Amino acid sequence: MAEPFLIGDAMTGGYGAGPDILHSCTIAVDPGQIAVIVGPNGAGKSTGMKAVFGMLNLREGSVRLDGEDITHLTPQERVVKGMGFVPQTQNIFTSMSVEENLEMGAFIRRDNIRETMEQVYDLFPILRDKRHQAAGELSGGQRQQVAVGRALMTKPKVLMLDEPTAGVSPIVMDELFDRIIEVARTGIPILMVEQNARQALEIADRGYVLVQGRNAYTGSGQELLADPEVRKSFLGG
Amino acid sequence: MDQTRNILYFVGIAALIIITGMVQSWNSALLILNMGLISAVMALGVNLQWGFAGLFNVGVMGFVALGGLAAVLVSTDPVSEAWNAGGLRILFALAVGVGIIGATIIAYRRITATRPRVIAMVTILGLGFFAYRALLDPAVEAVEAVNPALQGNLGGLDLPIILAWPVGGLFAAGAAWIIGKAALGLRSDYLAIATLGISEIIIAILKNEDWLARGVKNVIGLDRPVPKEIDLQESAEFIERASGLGLDPVTASALFVKLNYALLFSVVLIILLIMAQLSLKSPWGRMMRAIRDNETAAAAMGKNVTNRHLQIFILGSAVCGIAGAMMTTLDGQLTPGSYQPLRFTFLIWVMVIVGGSGNNFGAVLGGFLIWFLWVQVEPMSQYLVTFLTAGMAEGNAVRLHMMESVAYMRLLTMGLVLLLVLRFSPRGLIPEK
Amino acid sequence: MDFINGLVVLMNFVLIPATAYGAQLALGALGVTLIYGILRFSNFAHGDTMAFGTMITVLVTWWLQSMGISFGPLPTALLALPFGIAATATLLLLTDRGVYQFYRTQKAKPVILVIVSMGVMFVMNGVVRIIIGVDDQRFSDGERFIFAVREFKAATGLREGMALKTTQGITVITALIVVIALFWFLNKTRTGKSMRAYADNEDLALLSGINPERVVAVTWIIVAALATIAGVLYGLDKSFKPFTYFQLLLPIFASAIVGGLGSPLGAIAGGFVVAYSEVTITYAWKKVLKYWMPEALEPSTLMQLLSTEYKFAVSFMILIVVLLFKPTGLFKGKAY
Repeated sequence: MAEPFLIGDAMTGGYGAGPDILHSCTIAVDPGQIAVIVGPNGAGKSTGMKAVFGMLNLREGSVRLDGEDITHLTPQERVVKGMGFVPQTQNIFTSMSVEENLEMGAFIRRDNIRETMEQVYDLFPILRDKRHQAAGELSGGQRQQVAVGRALMTKPKVLMLDEPTAGVSPIVMDELFDRIIEVARTGIPILMVEQNARQALEIADRGYVLVQGRNAYTGSGQELLADPEVRKSFLGG
Repeated sequence: MDQTRNILYFVGIAALIIITGMVQSWNSALLILNMGLISAVMALGVNLQWGFAGLFNVGVMGFVALGGLAAVLVSTDPVSEAWNAGGLRILFALAVGVGIIGATIIAYRRITATRPRVIAMVTILGLGFFAYRALLDPAVEAVEAVNPALQGNLGGLDLPIILAWPVGGLFAAGAAWIIGKAALGLRSDYLAIATLGISEIIIAILKNEDWLARGVKNVIGLDRPVPKEIDLQESAEFIERASGLGLDPVTASALFVKLNYALLFSVVLIILLIMAQLSLKSPWGRMMRAIRDNETAAAAMGKNVTNRHLQIFILGSAVCGIAGAMMTTLDGQLTPGSYQPLRFTFLIWVMVIVGGSGNNFGAVLGGFLIWFLWVQVEPMSQYLVTFLTAGMAEGNAVRLHMMESVAYMRLLTMGLVLLLVLRFSPRGLIPEK
Repeated sequence: MDFINGLVVLMNFVLIPATAYGAQLALGALGVTLIYGILRFSNFAHGDTMAFGTMITVLVTWWLQSMGISFGPLPTALLALPFGIAATATLLLLTDRGVYQFYRTQKAKPVILVIVSMGVMFVMNGVVRIIIGVDDQRFSDGERFIFAVREFKAATGLREGMALKTTQGITVITALIVVIALFWFLNKTRTGKSMRAYADNEDLALLSGINPERVVAVTWIIVAALATIAGVLYGLDKSFKPFTYFQLLLPIFASAIVGGLGSPLGAIAGGFVVAYSEVTITYAWKKVLKYWMPEALEPSTLMQLLSTEYKFAVSFMILIVVLLFKPTGLFKGKAY
């Protein structure tokens, strides 16, 4: 099998000097794909993604992006390499306007960002309407759109989302997922941690079920949805 | 190990003081000892607030000044003429003032709709203020007109001055309660600024309200809890004992009086230290430190953090008030002009940080050590500057300037000491266990 | 009832001085609020920073004056101002490198930084006193008045006169220029926006590739400029005495807190609120009321709410009221 575009390979490690949370965990995604990480609470889903982003102390394993080994780069350096990361909480500048948030998202770029900004507004039309409003005044779902838009401003090679639908209503969740699919259609691979396993797996090309920091089940979204073991454990039958 | 090292620290300080006695004079040494004892008590109070609860009180001087006020109000003779002229009217006006504030608070609590509430409060305060002034001003004028050169104030209760010490603690506790209610439970910076403000106000009141304590005209000749030097010098028995020790009556009386003070202050310090140590080890003390270390966890467990902080804030300030009364007793006079709001407060903080924040013995050690340095830095830097400028001509501008600047060196040195200790040895000499 | 004359007295003794004072407090509070918003601590050394900046400006002014250089009707101190700012900026950057940076990397609690700033305050205080001494220093020159009482009376024929000192005019104009420049910088430039982003959400700002050390350095430089300008304007208006700058700490902090710590707009509003309150509450209204009240109601006492000795009590009371009822201030600052 060809080397995946982004792969966190057999990662083992924990926070700082603490105990290992991940045990030989592997996560990968290819261009145009949506890869989803699901699992029970405390399974290490967010930790797995943070490990790919460089926020964890990896004792074993490596992370490779587009063939390049980035295991020893800091998160900021990985952003420069083309990783976009949307944290779960506090992921926007609440006191700044929507447009300023997007500008800050593109901070490392020195070229003209207007075209990218227009693309983001095309993807998230509601943001164009509210571009001059303070981001903190928007609704939960809209704030998440600002957060994703902010990450897209660097024209990342891969987009990583940490529980993007946390705390939003089901209708907003559907809309967010629609948007995420649109983003994937532009060719950017997406790696996503999700609590709402069923809905996430439905749109996933690849799914990773983590249990206690290990890969428990891996397969396409549809495969995992159909798997009786997976359904029994995490999807409520 | 630790115990030995700590004991050695205290022995070291004692040695420094004794050396001062031998090299300079026993008088100076005892002066240092007495102020050191008082500083140690203040440091103890501040350490209670900082070490137990992480509270940053920048207004220590205000609480100390209240202690000094207590000394005047408790021990001086009442000026009956002033009382007749307007004393009761002043008290009445003050009571009215308190009543107005009370009424405002009641209005705040009872009226819930915003607009009527604000209107009510503003009206009460506005009219109340004018009523208060209408009552107070003429009374104050009358009192201050009574023998302004020597009195012009109401005087006190003519009780033994030693009672002023706990009373000073009470005054300080009262002020601390007011400030604490307003400023605790908010960010630590707010408390710092609020305490700075209250100390400025307290000192401004002392300086301006002549009817209270003569303002900047000062109250001198306060009663003593120890014998007066003059009395000793005239007592035949004392003269005999003094010459037996090879001392003339004047020196002997001075030393004897200071030793007496030292004894009294030491007793107070030891009592407070024992109480502080006991409370440290008690469940209450442990809870306080648990709150300090993780406020959110403590609050989640149902501890009312703000109330606990208020308790500590009041206790620590009360201790400072006691020290203030002691200090004014030692000085024998109340000079509001000498209370520099920040300078002395800052010194106490250096004492706490250098000595060891969170440790009662550390605070006491810091009190002695820093006070010693504070007193001795000036002659030492005088010596240093003379040495450095020895080569220059007598009227050299640089030399003159440096000699004048010696006085300001002290603060700079203390600032550097604080910064260095905070950076390289933040737990201080005797760290918290 | 003589409205115009009363108004003239009011303007001369209350409105004009309060506006100038408010502008000075606003500049001081801006410095404090920037440090709070971006560096996340209350800088007790700000007053003595102002003293330092003013001191350097005073020394350079004296030097310029001794060389016969002047600025025409304007005070020579304005020419010396850039030197003062440069020196103060250097001092603040060095202090940050030598003192504060350590605690930043340690992620120390904000209260530790406040205590440290108190130590810095005393070192600065000592340095200033050693260099220039503690006495009053006069360094203003140029035209004293834009128009004096005599000229006003002659021009209007009124009984009461009003004067506008050059320093008061300069204060307001300079403050206006500085505020506009600052707001333009914070809202329209890339660096300014990155500073606001850093103040808003430090982690996200770092993630966006914003360089924290650069933000910190620019902050200190701006603060140096604000502090020096505020100090010089205050010193020109009154006189330069190192001790007074420490006393300004309380009103400046009160202004910043009233406006909302961390909000530049709040700092400006707060500055004027505090200044106007201080002046109006300690002013003897007898004269104005004599002009405005009908004969029967003319006051016999001074009608001074609080004696000028209690000037600082006013800032303090405002502060307490704000803390009791709205700790986040008028413009909803941050409260970490």
